Amino acid sequence: MSGAASSALSSAAAPIGSASARGVSRRVLPGFGITLGFSILYLSLIVLIPLSALFFKTATMSWDAFWVAVSSPRVMASYRLTFGASLIAALVNLVFGLLVAWVLVRYSFPGKRIIDALVDLPFALPTAVAGISLTALLAGNGWVGQFLEPLGIKLAFTPAGIVIALIFIGLPFVVRTVQPVLEDTEKELEEAATSLGATRLQTFTRVILPSITPALLTGFAMAFARAIGEYGSVIFIAGNMPMISEITPLIIIGKLEQYDYAGATAVALVMLLISFVLLLVINGLQGWKRRRSEATK
Amino acid sequence: MSAPSKTLGRAEAGTTESAWVRRTLIGIALAFMFLFLVLPLAAVAAEALRKGLGAYLEALQEPDAWSAIRLTLLTAAIAVPMNLVFGVAAAWAIAKFEFRGKAFLTTLVDLPFAVSPVVAGLIYVLVFGAQGWFGPWLQAHDIKIVFAVPGIVLATVFVTFPFIARELIPLMQAQGTDEEQAAIVLGATGWQTFWHVTLPNIKWGLLYGVILCNARAMGEFGAVSVVSGHIRGQTNTMPLHVEVLYNEYQSVAAFAVASLLAILALVTLVIKSVIEWRHEREMKALAELPPERPSAPA
Repeated sequence: MSGAASSALSSAAAPIGSASARGVSRRVLPGFGITLGFSILYLSLIVLIPLSALFFKTATMSWDAFWVAVSSPRVMASYRLTFGASLIAALVNLVFGLLVAWVLVRYSFPGKRIIDALVDLPFALPTAVAGISLTALLAGNGWVGQFLEPLGIKLAFTPAGIVIALIFIGLPFVVRTVQPVLEDTEKELEEAATSLGATRLQTFTRVILPSITPALLTGFAMAFARAIGEYGSVIFIAGNMPMISEITPLIIIGKLEQYDYAGATAVALVMLLISFVLLLVINGLQGWKRRRSEATK
Repeated sequence: MSAPSKTLGRAEAGTTESAWVRRTLIGIALAFMFLFLVLPLAAVAAEALRKGLGAYLEALQEPDAWSAIRLTLLTAAIAVPMNLVFGVAAAWAIAKFEFRGKAFLTTLVDLPFAVSPVVAGLIYVLVFGAQGWFGPWLQAHDIKIVFAVPGIVLATVFVTFPFIARELIPLMQAQGTDEEQAAIVLGATGWQTFWHVTLPNIKWGLLYGVILCNARAMGEFGAVSVVSGHIRGQTNTMPLHVEVLYNEYQSVAAFAVASLLAILALVTLVIKSVIEWRHEREMKALAELPPERPSAPA
């Protein structure tokens, strides 16, 4: 979720810890015990112990009760909606994120710096604000909705509106992961491809695309993971009709409001496990990306 | 960064596209950005001012709006410093030392980003809620955490947990330990070393992490929504207050409060861009300097 500067900073990160530095730094620099101890304590208190409550609470349920809670038709419909909408939104972001990153890195045009800065707006704008503002735009009397309504296209309060909100939320991820990699790609390779007779399109698909594929997939997976858990921007625009436009996080809220803590916890555990899997996938992709960028240097 | 387009040399011809392809791609990208980023921002302003400046200002002077603003500021004022201390401590341990399980610890730091905000709120209900682990004990001692301000702060700390640490870790790793070791060898204490050697090196990264952390802390909705009791004037942060007003069809008031959050977002983006441009300039200046230090410690 880092911005351009952090990406630039991290791409400058050389692997440290050569054999000599390792031994010396541990002896010379103070504060290892206290900073590590504090970090682990704080991590445990704020993150790990509360998260473990989810597992312990679910463990008190019988398997049948758990299964009923996480696989009722209404919950299943919410999984399909959440995953489907997140997947479509992440795919749209994959294409347009690449395009925006490409345009920002390769071309110059007036206002480029402002556009570049604006890419991070979805990180900075509170999701509730994004939600009500997208709804206002797409509602029948909104700036965009008034043109779509006569055409029979309804976006607000439908699953399509959810996709729009998730595109907004995930927009920076692909741009910000692809941008630094695209900046680092060597023009010499492209020149070589061209002088060997490749067309521009061939150079793009055979030379440029393979070198940015790990970054593209990382950004895609991050946008997808963020979309799965997103709540604030979606609930305003979704309409929240059970079986049709009710996302999984809203199912959890609904169960909580009915004091069905066990049911809410069970669904939350399913979501948490999916998040863990996605986190592992993203870590794997980032490792691939790092190896790829080191291999080309 | 980008190829100058006026005169295409022979070598450049192979590494850029024809003018109309370029213009089309720029056009599509700008249209996409306009639809998805500029229009929503403009809509916030337009909706907030729909009934004129007077109605806008009146909506902001409402006592409930004020208490929401105060609660949001309070929450950020607690959550950001907590995560700042953690971020610096974690980055010091992870970036300056080698130990087993370091990669695992770094992954755990990122964990809150992977958790849905709603789940983040729920776990605190499970720990501190009436039916939770500490529920009975808290009730016996008349302490309210969930559905009260402490719960809001805790949920905010959780969702903003990684921001500062994950900015600082790669930055401090890149800088290595040479300068700190030199300071220690020359007789500086640990604090002096951190204060005079490390901090000046990481100050921009630190500020960058702090403003992103602050933006998220003030804008968090999902997690806070679960642990807030939604008591008007007491446990509603600004985003929650926006929701309440919106659901009551007080559109102008909702967008008025939302506009403050949008301004916060824009200020965040401006500060962030300034830091990035500074960093870019410093990197350029560094690249032009002759190499003065050997890269490997002797």
